[in-house]
Amino acid sequence: MRRAGLTLVTIVALVALGAPWLAPNPPGRSFPQSLYAPPTAVHLRGLRPFIYQQRLISRLERRFEDDVSRPVALHWFADGRLVSIPEGEGPLLLLGADALGRDIFSRLVYGARTSLALALAGTLGALVLGALVGGLAGYAGGLVDDLLSRITEFVLVLPAMYVALALRAALPLVLPPATVFVLLAAIFGLLGWPIVARGVRAIVASEREREYVMASHALGAGPWRMLLRHLLPSAAGYMAVQATLLLPAFILAEATLSYVGLGFPDTVPTWGTMLQSAANVSLLGQAPLMLAPAAPILLVVLGVNLSIQGRGRTPVQLEP
Amino acid sequence: MTAFVARRLLFAVALVFVVSSATLLLTRLAPGDVTAELGPFAAPAEVAAARARLGLDRGPVEQWALWIARVGRFDFGDSFLYNRPVRDLVGRATANTAILAVVALLAATAFGIPLGIVSGSRRGTAATVIRAVSLVCLSVPPLLTSLLLVFLAATTRWLPAGGMTSVDALDGRWSTWLADLATHLPLPALALALPIAATFERLQAQSMAEALQQPFVTAAAARGVAPREIVLRHAWRVSLRPICGVYGIAIGTLLSGSFVVEFVTAWPGLGRLMYEALRARDIYLVAGCAAMGGWVLAAGMMVGDLLLAAADPRLREQGRG
Repeated sequence: MRRAGLTLVTIVALVALGAPWLAPNPPGRSFPQSLYAPPTAVHLRGLRPFIYQQRLISRLERRFEDDVSRPVALHWFADGRLVSIPEGEGPLLLLGADALGRDIFSRLVYGARTSLALALAGTLGALVLGALVGGLAGYAGGLVDDLLSRITEFVLVLPAMYVALALRAALPLVLPPATVFVLLAAIFGLLGWPIVARGVRAIVASEREREYVMASHALGAGPWRMLLRHLLPSAAGYMAVQATLLLPAFILAEATLSYVGLGFPDTVPTWGTMLQSAANVSLLGQAPLMLAPAAPILLVVLGVNLSIQGRGRTPVQLEP
Repeated sequence: MTAFVARRLLFAVALVFVVSSATLLLTRLAPGDVTAELGPFAAPAEVAAARARLGLDRGPVEQWALWIARVGRFDFGDSFLYNRPVRDLVGRATANTAILAVVALLAATAFGIPLGIVSGSRRGTAATVIRAVSLVCLSVPPLLTSLLLVFLAATTRWLPAGGMTSVDALDGRWSTWLADLATHLPLPALALALPIAATFERLQAQSMAEALQQPFVTAAAARGVAPREIVLRHAWRVSLRPICGVYGIAIGTLLSGSFVVEFVTAWPGLGRLMYEALRARDIYLVAGCAAMGGWVLAAGMMVGDLLLAAADPRLREQGRG
C-alpha cells in the first residue's frame, strides 16, 4: 500500500519534471482547426503506431472525421520530444483539444509543473514559518509561548478556504502570472503554518528539558544556535509528515482558487485553470475531457493517502 | 459546565468580532470599491453619492467604528450589490447553506458510522471493500466530486445539474417547494458528504477495533454476551469518543467544503454570497457574511465539545473539553 502511494506521487513528479520532453505540443499552441477535437486515436500496425489526420467536417456541430486514406506514423525522439507528429500532418491530441484548440494532454503535463511547484513553495513557506513560530514558542516559554499559542490556535480555527478567498480577493484581480505565483504561495504559507507550529512547539518544549540541551547551554550556545542546530532537528520527522499532508491540500487550494477565477489567468496551464473550462455545464456533456485534470489531482491525493495509511496517522484533511 | 459554556461564548464573540472587523478593513483597504458596479459611464456625482451612502468617503477606521456601533443594534448595513439589507441576504443564504450542511452531515453519519462499525469489528471481504472505498472517497475532494456529479447529472438528466429551486416550482405551495428541493438536494449534499462519511468510517473503524481490545470486552464475552451485543451495546459506546471529537472539526470542513460545492452546483448559500461580495468589494455584505461564518464556526465547535462531554463522563467531571 505504502509503496503504491509513493510510486503514484513519484510518477506525477517525474511527469512534471519531464514536461517539455513528454508533451507532444507546446501547451499554449492553438490549433484553429481542432476546437473541442476528440482524442486522436493511435492505431497499431505491426509495431509501428500511426494516426489518421483529423479533418474538421462541421465547426458548428464539432464533427470531425479521420482521413483514413493517409496514415501518419508517429515520430519518436524528434525535436527533443518523446513522440510527435511532423508539422502540418497532425496535430497529435492524445486527450483532445479544449475550447481554444489547445492540446489537453500537453497542458495537463505542463500544468503539473505549476501546480506542484506552487504547492511545494506553499508547503516550504508553511514549514519555515511554522517551525519558526513553534520553535520560538516552545523554546521561550512563558508569555511569548502563551501569546504565540493563542495566535496559532486562532488561525487554526479559521476555515482556510475562506481566508484564502478573502486575502486573494482583496488584491487586484488581474495580475501577471509570476506575481500570482508568489502571492498564492504566500497565502498558502500563511494558512498552513499553524498546524506545523502547534506540533513543533510541543516537541521543542519537551525537548528543551533534555540533558543534551543543558549541556550545549553550558557550553555557551546562544538561543538561535540552540534552536536551529539542536531543537528543530528533533522535530524534522514531524515536519516531514506535515509536509506530505499540506502538499495535496495546497494542490486542491490552487485548483479551487483558479476554478473560481481567483488564481492563475487562463493562459497559464495549471490543473485549476484547466478545470475552469468544465464550469460550463452545457458544454461539459459534449466535451467530458474538460474534466481530465481531475485525474492527476485524484492521483496525488490518493497517493499521499495511501503512503501514510496504516501508520496511525490521520488521512489528508481535504481543506487545508 | 457553566464556566465552560461561558468561556466558549466569550470565544465565539471574540471570533465574530475579529473575523468581521478584519474582513471589513481588508475589503476597505483593497484597491477599488463597489461603486465600480455602476459601470464606467456613471456620473461622478452619482458615484460620490453612492460612496457617501456606504460611508466610503470616511476614513477606514471611522467607517469601521460606525459599523461596529450599528452592529450593536443588529443593523448590519445595506448591500450595494443587491440593494437590500445585509441581514436579510445573509440570513437567507445561511438557511440555504444550513439545509445543505445538515443533510450532508446526516448522510455522512448514516453511511459512515454503521459501515465503520462493520469494518472495525469484522475481518474479511466486506471490511476490505469498505476500507478501499472509503480511502478513495477520502481522496476525492468536493471540488472533483461535485464536478463529476454535475457532469453525470448533465448527461443522464436524472437530476437537475444545479441550483436550488426550479422556476416551474414557484407556485407558492410549500409541498411543491419541498418536492422540488428534494430533487436538487442530493447532488450537492452527496458531494459534500462523501469525504466526511469516509472520515467517519475510518475513525469509527479504528476506535471500534481499539475498543474491542479492552478488558471489559473480554469480560463481557466471558459472561456469555453474544458477539453482536458486545459490539453494539458495549464497545460502540466507548468507541464513540473520537467521533464526537471530530464533529466539531466537521463543521469547519463543511463550511469550507460547502463553498466549492455551492459554487459548482450554483447553490445560493453563504459561500457563494461571500464570493460575490468579495469580488464586487461589497463591504458590508462581506463583513456580514464573515460575521455569520465565524458565528457558525464557533457554534459548531461548542456543539462538538458538548457532544464530547456527553459521550465521556470523565470530561464532564473535569468541566472542560
